[in-house]
Amino acid sequence: MSAFVTLDGVDHAYAGAASALAVEGLSIAVEQGEFAAVVGPSGCGKSTLMKLATGLQFPRSGSVTVAGQKVSAPVKIAGMAFQAPTLLPWRTTLENLLLPLEIVEPYRSAMRRRKAEFAERAEKLLASVGLGGQGNKFPWELSGGMQQRASLCRALIHQPQLLMLDEPFGALDAFTREELWCVIRDLQAASRITVILVTHDLREAVFLADRVFVMSSRPGRIVVERKIDLPRPRDLEVTFTPAFTDIVHELRGHIVKARQ
Amino acid sequence: MTRTNLLIKLSPWLFTIGLFVVWEAAVRIFKIPSFFLPPPTLVAQAFVDYAGPLARNSWITLETTLIGFALAVGFGLLLGLLVGWSRAIYAGLYPLMIGFNAIPKVALVPILVLWFGIGFIPAVLTAFLISFFPIVVNVATGLATIEPELEDVLKALGASKLDIMRKVGIPRTLPYFFGSLKVAITLAFVGSVISESVASNYGIGNLMLQAQAQFQVPLIFAGLVVLAVEGIAMYAAMAILERRMTGWAQRSGFAQA
Repeated sequence: MSAFVTLDGVDHAYAGAASALAVEGLSIAVEQGEFAAVVGPSGCGKSTLMKLATGLQFPRSGSVTVAGQKVSAPVKIAGMAFQAPTLLPWRTTLENLLLPLEIVEPYRSAMRRRKAEFAERAEKLLASVGLGGQGNKFPWELSGGMQQRASLCRALIHQPQLLMLDEPFGALDAFTREELWCVIRDLQAASRITVILVTHDLREAVFLADRVFVMSSRPGRIVVERKIDLPRPRDLEVTFTPAFTDIVHELRGHIVKARQ
Repeated sequence: MTRTNLLIKLSPWLFTIGLFVVWEAAVRIFKIPSFFLPPPTLVAQAFVDYAGPLARNSWITLETTLIGFALAVGFGLLLGLLVGWSRAIYAGLYPLMIGFNAIPKVALVPILVLWFGIGFIPAVLTAFLISFFPIVVNVATGLATIEPELEDVLKALGASKLDIMRKVGIPRTLPYFFGSLKVAITLAFVGSVISESVASNYGIGNLMLQAQAQFQVPLIFAGLVVLAVEGIAMYAAMAILERRMTGWAQRSGFAQA
């Protein structure tokens, strides 16, 4: 058991939904520093997987282990980003980035003393995703793509060991989305952070991930695990090669089967 | 462009003046007796004749209203936070509050008089009782509509409920809160005037009642004008406060008025 994130035989249903299981017999193991993508038909329990792995929900049966510890509380070492950027409109972009530091230790207690240092770190992070000098703008003064970049920065500011992305590019236009693929690719390459990306975009999954997991329809479980051995660093050009499209095609076949 | 802007700026005044002109003209043209509907000129005359009593009583009404309103803000804010904090409290209190809000507050005045005697305190309490409800509802709504994703982001970091409340809940509730103040202050006026007319020896409500008894119809209308002016002034004060405190929430074209 050396994997960084392990779900083993997990069953889960939400309170209130008495009988319907969201996931059943879900097992997945993601190595440290790995970029994993989870794809599947809509409503297959992908978001449940996110909640289980971050300790927002606890399984009915089976076990969830993150960083060698059984998950029994929010994991605190994870950053999350969603389809909606969910930035706070009353804070500037920079202040939005500082929000996690106001919550999570050890930053929380050091916030007052080291605020300038933290702000500088946030500025650097913004610059690394192409938002240099935009920190004092309010989120609603930024475009959708820029907001999503800022949201990614917020997920990364406390230097988490695990990055959970729930369809983070789903609401963006195709060009912006591909731009952000490259942003996240470079961030991950630089920090070797473990990433779990939930998406329904197969090209996105294949372009970014080391391994792609295909989930069945509800109740969700992993039906296929596909290693993506395209050489890194990957350029957007790779998405037009036959090798790439073959993998996408193959995964698509699995999804179609999973929907039935 | 600037001409339209100027027109928009002037139009409230034009419409107000227009109303009084139509009123005056109608009274003269249709020869309406002034004990039935006095023309604005007579009402203005009443303002001059009764400047002292009008000023004194309108000040009392304003004071009563503001104290009742302040109580409503404090209590409404606390109760709203409480109701928004826990779903159990929400479920338990909501039917009670709906029921309470359905009671016409004028029906409570006799009870208040029974407890506190005629005068200032029942009026303050009526203003308070009638105006806290919209504040509670709005504050609770603001808290109930926090985006669940944002909650997840913070909870995954180990944020406590209090953290989420402080960092997200309360700031995002402020536009709802300040918006509700505009409704509440107008209601508070209604409450204090009701109570003054039923059970008090002071205030504009009482002054109007006495004017009616003495058949001084222009003075009744002067009282109405005073109430309208005070209402508009307080509403405007709340609107300015709202814009000051929550400018970030007022960025749509609809908010630029």
